[in-house]
Order: sequence, then structure tokens, then C-alpha cells
Amino acid sequence: MALIQFREALGQAMAEEMARDDRIFLLGEEVAQYNGAYKVSKGLLDRFGAKRVIDSPISEAGFAGLGVGAAMAGLRPIIEMMTWNFGLQGFDQIINHAAKMLYMSNGQFNIPIVFRGPNGAAHMLGSQHSQNFDAMLTNVPGMKVISPATPYDAKGLLKSAIRDNNPVIFLESEMMYALKGEVPDEEYLIPIGVGDIKRPGNDVTLIAWNKMLHVAVDAAKELEAQGIDAEVLDPRTLQPLDEALIFASVRKTHRLVIIDEGWDFAATSAQIADRVQRECFDDLDAPVVRVNSLFVPMPYAEELEAAVLPSVGRIVQAVKDVLYVGN
Amino acid sequence: MASEPKSKYEPAFLISAYQDMLFYRRFEERVNQAYQKGKFAGFCHLHIGQEAVCVGVQKALRPTDYVISGYRSHTQAIAKGIDPKAVLAELFGKKAGAVGGKGGSMHMFSKEHRFLGGHGIVGGQCPIAAGVAFAIKYDEKDDIIVCYLGDGATNQGQFFEAMNMAATWNLPVLYIIENNQYGMGTDYHRVTSVDRLSKRALAFDMDHSEVDGMEVLKVHEHVSGIVAKMRKKPRPYLLEVLTYRYRGHSVSDPAAYRTKEEVAKFQQRDPILQLAEVLKKQKIATEDELKAWDKAVKERTAAIEDFADAAPKPEVSDLWLHVLAD
Repeated sequence: MALIQFREALGQAMAEEMARDDRIFLLGEEVAQYNGAYKVSKGLLDRFGAKRVIDSPISEAGFAGLGVGAAMAGLRPIIEMMTWNFGLQGFDQIINHAAKMLYMSNGQFNIPIVFRGPNGAAHMLGSQHSQNFDAMLTNVPGMKVISPATPYDAKGLLKSAIRDNNPVIFLESEMMYALKGEVPDEEYLIPIGVGDIKRPGNDVTLIAWNKMLHVAVDAAKELEAQGIDAEVLDPRTLQPLDEALIFASVRKTHRLVIIDEGWDFAATSAQIADRVQRECFDDLDAPVVRVNSLFVPMPYAEELEAAVLPSVGRIVQAVKDVLYVGN
Repeated sequence: MASEPKSKYEPAFLISAYQDMLFYRRFEERVNQAYQKGKFAGFCHLHIGQEAVCVGVQKALRPTDYVISGYRSHTQAIAKGIDPKAVLAELFGKKAGAVGGKGGSMHMFSKEHRFLGGHGIVGGQCPIAAGVAFAIKYDEKDDIIVCYLGDGATNQGQFFEAMNMAATWNLPVLYIIENNQYGMGTDYHRVTSVDRLSKRALAFDMDHSEVDGMEVLKVHEHVSGIVAKMRKKPRPYLLEVLTYRYRGHSVSDPAAYRTKEEVAKFQQRDPILQLAEVLKKQKIATEDELKAWDKAVKERTAAIEDFADAAPKPEVSDLWLHVLAD
């Protein structure tokens, strides 16, 4: 085992896969000579050369489409979006083209492409650099969406994403790139669509992913001190959701709080809540409660931003609400 | 009116070019009739008047080259090798259609023939074409990709982004603007800062030119030269082909924005009639033979329609197929 940073886990995943398969290339802004805006691709240019690690112009729509074309002609692109806020420019190619090509072509052209980059808020970056696109991206048939929370999950899932023969959206976070975690020395893969119980418990299920997973874990510690035993479930993949794991947890605890960094309206957590109320109606002892970002563009000032995002305090309150305990 | 016949063109080549254009004309006319009879619905964008472009271009390519296009692409799909029976069956939404009834008029694909669609997002095919060219270069092949686009598409941002990457990285993509003067109902002069669209290449230091799209031999000779150079030294090219569509933007467009005189002016330079004059002048075909070919083509398109009529519909469960690959 080695203790490495989230960014290193991603870098290792890409390096291992690129060494294994010369059809894979990485393209994006600053990925080559700058070693990556967030140093995720550090060392890849030196190791694999300029043919396979390519600095792009600032043309998200263009280079997302270039990736689609390269995939149609037999390559396996990894396209980095410096942040998914910029990746929004590329949504036409991702949603109208990559996600639909296999279907429109009646199975002739699959698009084995990974679109990866940081998603959601960082720290005081303002409204145009802080958006969470889970809801928009999970709402599209024809592609998979992964959002890991730990270096271990990141490496295993990015390897699987690269080997997958479909478009895969891989959502990271600027705030987690320095997060350290244990990663095996030997090769391993994590299957797409399989979640993970990060902390077993009996009183309430907390579902959270990406950086909210860590906020949920902190909330679980706080709750433990108050005598409440929370189970923390990390779906890891958002599309497809590991419904079996979710339903099993809710059937055990009978209460569900979902912590979702996205705005609440039509969020990914709304999908989970609906599926649970549909399939576990008789197992619930309280309504499903969601803790989301407040429905405002992200403000700049530190205290305002902190108030918008889900916090330990709001999670603890939500848990008490579903347990019907006093304040 | 007719261009001077090129001595390098064998009679067999001229006959083939003529018969291809004629077939595409009669096929699209039959497609229109089928639509008006209610045999299918949705969007349908006819290529009538522009046949010299797809025939001239296709005859300059080889099977391992790729073609990608926008939505006015039935004839381009057939030219690249998709069976016209499969094209009409696709329009009729049948399982025997080119893509099993899953795509329709705007989304014909063939992996075998390297026809990459059929796309409905104006300009969306442009960066995809650059990506295919990227892969060709990555594999060190000397194939090329032809990317058809319309005059309207040259104002879409993705076109510029694709052109920049193609030029910066010397990608072997031939962007062919079929300038038929109108983006749907809009004369391109009203919405474009330059008259000559090929000049857009100047912004990228890219080679470019224009050619008369109403003469198939001119198109063929011009494109052949470009393609030969591109295979030796991969770099992109922007070709503007001056052409015209006789019908509206789609089958539901009466084209009130054009005068009958303007349409007639281009019909006088009809590519099929022009080549017919060449064939007669060179004594390759007589008027009677031309009439006989037309009759045979019409019978062929009628048989194609019979096939498409009789072909079964997809299973409802087919709607679940090919969302994700294994």
C-alpha cells in the first residue's frame, strides 16, 4: 500500500492505462507542458510524448468534438476539462454527439471516451467557477457518470472508465486533489455502478458523494458523539446508480438523508429520493430529506459560500428531523 | 454553357458520373413524392441541384477515406456506399433501414463504408471531422476525411474551433462548404461578414479555394488535386463549392425567400443537363440512350420504393437497443 494524493491516484490510473494501450491519448488545456492545471497529468508528457499528451487551445466544444471523432476512428481519448464550468461549452458534443452516436448509428459507432475534470465549488471562486453539473449530466441516456471521493476510488474507477467502451463523465474536485489516501501497489479496478458503504451504521442512512462524502463522514462523527449511529453510503457512480446498495441500506435504517452539493431543484439527490420512496415506501419511517446547496448563484465572500454549501450543521439537523428528535 | 470536355476523362467515367447524378436526382424526387404521400414524416432535406458536388467529390476519394456531413446527406450516404434501399427504408422508419429505423433522414451511418453521419447540429460535424483526421495522422495513414457543411454552418463557433485545431496540427481534413446561398431561409450575405466563404481559411493560414459546383468534372478535377496533395503532406483545406438547391430548405419549406428567376438561372446550368450535352457532343450517348437510362433509373427507384414499402417495422423493444455498448 502507498499513501498518495487524489491527483496522483488519477495520474497513476492514466499512466497505467496509457502504458497498456497505445490507442489512449490525453488532450486538454495545460495537460502537457504545464503538467496539468491541477498537476493531475504531471509527468505524462515526459513519459508518453507529445503525440499522446496534447495541449489544446481554449476550445472546449472543439476539442470535445475532436475527441468524439478520434473515438469514431478507433482511438480512446481522455479529454480533460480544466473545470466542468468550462466543460459546459462542450455539452453539445458530449450530449448531442458522444452520448447519441451509438444509438443513432444502430450500434455501429461506440464512443470509448472519458471526459474528466473538477466539478462543483472550490474555495471562493465565484459563481462561474463553482457549479455542480451532476444533475445535468446524469440526465442523459447514453453515457456513464462517475464521481469518486477518495484516492482509492478515484484510481480504480478512472481505470474502469478508460476501459469502458462508452462515453464516461468523470467528476473530480479541486478541493480533493491534495487529499491523501491508501492505494494498493498492485493493479486493481473498481467496477462502474457499484457503491460503497464508507461507514456502516443502523440509525440513519447518509448518502453522499465526491467532496460531500467527507462532510457526511464528519457529520457522522458528530452524530456518534450525540448517540446517533449513521451509515454513510457513497454511490461513487451516479449513472447508473447502485440502487441495490441504496435500497438495502434504507431497508436497514428506515431513514434517509441525502447530501448533494448541487442545487436542490431536479438534483441527482431528487432522483435518489424518488427511487427510494417508490421502492422502499413501507420501509421508511420518515420522509427522505435532502441537504443541497441553496438555490442561488455561488457568492464570493467566504461566509456566504459556506452558508450556501451543505455543512455538518445542516446535515446533523436533517438527521434529527428524520429521527424526530429535539434540538 | 457546357465546359470543354476533358480529354483525360474516359467515356466510362463520364457515363458513370452522369448515371450517378441522374440516379441521385430521381431518388431524391421519389423521396419527396413519398413524403408528400405521407409515407414518412419528420425532417427531410433534399440535395436536388447539388448532385455534381457529391459525385465529383466521391469519385476523387478511395474506400478508406471517411466522409461526414450535416443533414442534407441522403445522396452523400449513397455515394459513399450505403445501399439506396437501406436509405429509403430508413426514411420509412423500417428495420431494414441503414440504422434500423433509429436515425431517420439526418442520421445515416455506415462503419463499413466510413460514412460517419448524418448530423443535425449545424457545425457539430466539424470538430468531429478534425478528430477523425487526428486519428488518421496518429496511425500514420494517408487517408483523408471529407467534411461537408453548408454556408450557414460557417458561422457556428465549432467550425472555427475545428479549423484552428486542424490548421495548427496539420490534420488531413477537407472541409467542403456546399454554398447553396441560403441557410434555411436566410441569404448568407445578410448574416455573414464576407462574400467568399473560402476566405474564412485566411484566419487560420489554411489553404483554400472555390469551385463551380454545377459542373461535375470541374469539381472532380479540383478535388482530386487537393486530395493528392493532402495525402502526400497532411494538412487541412477549405473548399467552397458554389452550388444551388432547387427546392426549399426542407420538404416543408416553400422557399418564398427566392425568386423563380433565380432558381431558373441555376437550373439552366443543371449539372445533369450539362454533362448530357458533353456525352452527346462526344458521341458517347445518344438522346435515345439518355432517355432509356432515365427510364431505367425511374424503374430502379420504383423498385427501391417497393422494397421500402414492404420492409417490416422495427420491434418496439428495439428502442432499448444500443444505448450503451458492452
